[in-house]
Amino acid sequence: MTLITSTIPAPTAARYRPGGVMRSEWTKLRSVRSTTWTLVATLVITIGISIIATSTEATRWTHSSPADHLSFDPTNLSLTGLLFGQLAIGILGVLAISAEYGTGTIRASLAAVPDRRLLLAAKAAVFALVALVVGEVVSFGAFFIGQMLIGGAAPHATIGQAGVLRAVAGGGLYLALLGLLALGLGSIIRHTAGAIAAFVGVLLIIPLILPALPTSLNHTIGKFEPVTIGNAMTSVNTHLGSGATPSFSFWVGLALMAGYAALALGIGGWRMMRRDA
Amino acid sequence: MIEVTGITKRYGGTLAVDDLSFEVKPGQVTGFLGPNGSGKSTTMRMIMGLDRPDAGRTTVNGVTYGSLGWPLREVGALLEAKAIHPGRSARNHLSALAQTNDIPRSRVDEVLEVVGLTSVAHKRAGTFSLGMGQRLGIAAALLGDPSVLLFDEPINGLDPEGIRWVRNLLKGLGRDGRTVFVSSHLMSEMALTADHLVVIGRGRLIAEMPVEDFIAQSSQQFVRVRTLQPNEFSEAMKSNGATVVQEDDGALSVAGLNAREIGDIAFERRLPLHELSPQLASLEEAFMELTQDSVDYRGGAADPADALLTLNNGRQMPAGK
Repeated sequence: MTLITSTIPAPTAARYRPGGVMRSEWTKLRSVRSTTWTLVATLVITIGISIIATSTEATRWTHSSPADHLSFDPTNLSLTGLLFGQLAIGILGVLAISAEYGTGTIRASLAAVPDRRLLLAAKAAVFALVALVVGEVVSFGAFFIGQMLIGGAAPHATIGQAGVLRAVAGGGLYLALLGLLALGLGSIIRHTAGAIAAFVGVLLIIPLILPALPTSLNHTIGKFEPVTIGNAMTSVNTHLGSGATPSFSFWVGLALMAGYAALALGIGGWRMMRRDA
Repeated sequence: MIEVTGITKRYGGTLAVDDLSFEVKPGQVTGFLGPNGSGKSTTMRMIMGLDRPDAGRTTVNGVTYGSLGWPLREVGALLEAKAIHPGRSARNHLSALAQTNDIPRSRVDEVLEVVGLTSVAHKRAGTFSLGMGQRLGIAAALLGDPSVLLFDEPINGLDPEGIRWVRNLLKGLGRDGRTVFVSSHLMSEMALTADHLVVIGRGRLIAEMPVEDFIAQSSQQFVRVRTLQPNEFSEAMKSNGATVVQEDDGALSVAGLNAREIGDIAFERRLPLHELSPQLASLEEAFMELTQDSVDYRGGAADPADALLTLNNGRQMPAGK
């Protein structure tokens, strides 16, 4: 029969390997339109909102108080768009796994790679690489465009100033880790709509509820919110504006974000091991 | 070779598979027959390591699925139609699978050719018909040139030409010496394709035998008779070793004697007959009967020959085929 006329070269190892599984995950990720669209959305939304925020700063500056001038952070201002762009990358993170469950592809994937932890790890690693590259492009793009647009008397930042490079690079890192957190939620919840709802809830709804709590409680809990951590990681000026939530330092924030992502992926991997596909 | 040993699977309160054991041998097509919802898909998912049995174990080529070194090179499976991301092309879907098991890209084009999807390899799978989705699933199963193949209802959604193609493919794979395990709820289809049968109902094994045996048993003839003296006639039949069943419409069904013998006996006893027509139970009827009441055959009464005799009980059979 035609189907056996050619022989497949014998494998060189005893068992399937992480490299092959990662190549497969890359093929999966790049071969669906939702990847392109969510990444383009991340870029357009983040940079677009940064353009709006920075180009209107000249007018705002002349009307703001000396206290506001003191806490002004041009780097952070140019990265304002990350607050919205993070939604798009989170949706990609959720879809990277929930779409497999939604379409039934997961069963073909697990038939090819029965080691479920390896499958999830390879998926997370490939997604993290893509999200990091896109996140850094977006973050540096927003910074450079934004600094060009801050006009009038308002000061602008340069990449060589103390703490600026770390804050801008931190923006990309934050996006990648947040995307991984979303992927982790997707692996726990499995349903696209449910996982996206959980992600948006963590990201945007909780910060809206917190101000209703007593200030001390709000600040204690608020410090742990991804959005607060992201804002802190992308800040250079440590002068707090009035009413702002105090936050962790860059490195503690980075470790917390990595911890969140690892926790979500860990629970997701544990669930995958125990549940039927 | 597939070995299933005492597997049980419960979903909530429902027992989907109940202490099921059987073997699927290489070099032939083994049909996995049962009504919808009898546990066929669940059993196949457990063989593939996708669902975990509550008890028992399954092995493929002697090891559990999870221990296979290169799963796709040993086992190929079509478990459900169109289990593919609608936005991904057929070629990318197969490439992603091939990469996990170090299968070269050239093999992807080859299997696309075999299933006749080369011209639409770049199209998004969401645009595929159910039949094309089935072909893509079959391509994925063939990808690693495996020695063991599982197909869950492979002819669903196929046109007659596609059905014939799948039939020939399955037989060819069996002739190659591979282990081919095909589920279906259609007895007639299995009669044409399979060499061996594993029949289940409500998650339990009902029969495991060569197809010829199954056909021989289920093609048992009986004869419809009408007479004005049913009691005398029944006595005469029983004294000659036949069984007689009264049908709802007043006719009698006689099993164990052919029409000529019945006619001769009736003549000797001077019993006028108003009808004497041989009937043949269809294969599909036999299967329906066998699986419908499968719960009755639990514990000892699992002999399929016994089950088949119930064909004659209180029902009028359709005219023979």
